[in-house]
Amino acid sequence: MENGKIIVCRCEDVTLAEIRQLIEEGFTSLDEIKRIARCGMGPCQGKTCSQIIAREIAAATGKSLEEIQIPTNRPPIGGIKLGELVGEENEE
Amino acid sequence: MKNKASVVVIGGGVVGCSIAYNLARLGVKDVVVVEKNFLASGSTGRCGAGVRQQWGTEMNCRLAKESMKIFENMNEILKTKRDIELKQEGYLLLAYSEREMDQFKKNIELQNSLGIPSHLVTPEEAKEIVPYLNTENLIGGAFCPTDGHANPFLVTQAYADAARYLGVEFYLRTEVTGIRQEKGRIVGVETNRGFIATEKVVNTAGGYSQVIGKMVGLDLPVYSERHQILVTEPVEKMQGPMVMSFSYNIYCQQNPHGSFIMGFGDPNEPRDFNIRSSWQFLEEMARKVTWLLPPLKHLRVVRQWAGLYNVTPDRQPILCETPQVPGFYLAIGFSGHGFMIAPMVGILMAEMITGQKLSMDLELDLGRFERGELILEPSVV
Ligand SMILES: Cc1cc2nc3c(=O)[nH]c(=O)nc-3n(C[C@H](O)[C@H](O)[C@H](O)COP(=O)(O)OP(=O)(O)OC[C@H]3O[C@@H](n4cnc5c(N)ncnc54)[C@H](O)[C@@H]3O)c2cc1C
Repeated sequence: MENGKIIVCRCEDVTLAEIRQLIEEGFTSLDEIKRIARCGMGPCQGKTCSQIIAREIAAATGKSLEEIQIPTNRPPIGGIKLGELVGEENEE
Repeated sequence: MKNKASVVVIGGGVVGCSIAYNLARLGVKDVVVVEKNFLASGSTGRCGAGVRQQWGTEMNCRLAKESMKIFENMNEILKTKRDIELKQEGYLLLAYSEREMDQFKKNIELQNSLGIPSHLVTPEEAKEIVPYLNTENLIGGAFCPTDGHANPFLVTQAYADAARYLGVEFYLRTEVTGIRQEKGRIVGVETNRGFIATEKVVNTAGGYSQVIGKMVGLDLPVYSERHQILVTEPVEKMQGPMVMSFSYNIYCQQNPHGSFIMGFGDPNEPRDFNIRSSWQFLEEMARKVTWLLPPLKHLRVVRQWAGLYNVTPDRQPILCETPQVPGFYLAIGFSGHGFMIAPMVGILMAEMITGQKLSMDLELDLGRFERGELILEPSVV
């Protein structure tokens, strides 16, 4: 399959080709790639894509996986509805 | 890393990058930007990304309007690799008292005289603009259709890319640890990766600007304060403008990408560098927004975070060269609205640093606080 069709981040539809392009442009940390391409900002908070992107960065830069920092997991991890937070019944 | 530069800009936020680009555009060689983390890692990348021109003083209206003109043409001006995601569907400012309404009337008169297309709205008209708006207790409002949103990461990156193209060097993951002076003049900047000789330093360190001030022995009249914010899952487009109220204390906008971004200011926030997020914020935010914009109760919160406001006594920035330390320039204290005016701030600071006549009158020097000439801007959040 072409890299342009391999989806790395399912929440935000980011492809492997886009990730490789960003690494080539010099964005070699997950934090930077997250902010430019939004991967890891979606509902799953980067549960799957972070690992894949970290491996891509490692391969391109020769860094070890331990050296590549995984971004802060922002609360609230579960994805609570605003209505639930105020105790509103949330019938849909 | 270079060991010599004509100007060292401390901080790779939107302000530092805009100044660096404009210096290079004016022909200054050997400009260096030193950033301790990565670009937009400070307040810029944590902000609400709102861009408005509805201000209450002539200077702020001009700064915001000219900046908007640049945002409108930024993709071409900076030849950006990625579209900056400018959205112009307005800011709807809500009024809950006659006093607020009177202020809006005065502001709009001023804004219109400067070519900003804002106008008053009745509660009914507000509901036409945002149909699900709860208009309980609402007296009226102000609307400017050309206000909006731009992506702060991509704007900062666009300035940095354009600056690099013109020869500016960026040292990321490099921290300024000291500023060396000899006989009252700056001679260079110390970093954790070495010394850079220079006579000119620009302090654009955002929430850490007072720490940089100390490095030249100045006690700058600014403090930092946490502001929290959250974003929901992306949904189909449902809201055009930013909805904002000073008195109810809220702002909420749908990004072009579909997610809603919202925040409010906590009046009891202590002055420090804390940027952890809290449950109290999440609950209070949910309470406020589900009252004002009821259908948003169905949206899931995806992330919540915080950033620093760098605040001055009159909540207006400080843009100047310090008289105490020649060659030390300040572009600090944006008090929560530095993103929207960064394009003009970059131009004006570059003009100031190169000794040119400023293309706009500014009254934002450091001395105004001692002289008691504070700027009376009625429209800050
Ligand atoms: C929650 C929130 C919402 C906001 N909403 C809006 C809005 O809707 N519209 C708007 O216009 N503004 C908004 N703002 C304000 C806006 O974010 C700031 O005014 C603006 O980003 C300031 O940019 P800056 O470049 O001056 O600072 P920053 O982006 O903070 O950049 C300063 C940089 O300096 C670096 N630095 C600090 N110390 C050192 C050192 N010793 N050595 C090297 N580097 C250093 C930092 O790492 C940082 O990257 C908001 C702010 C917050 C927190």
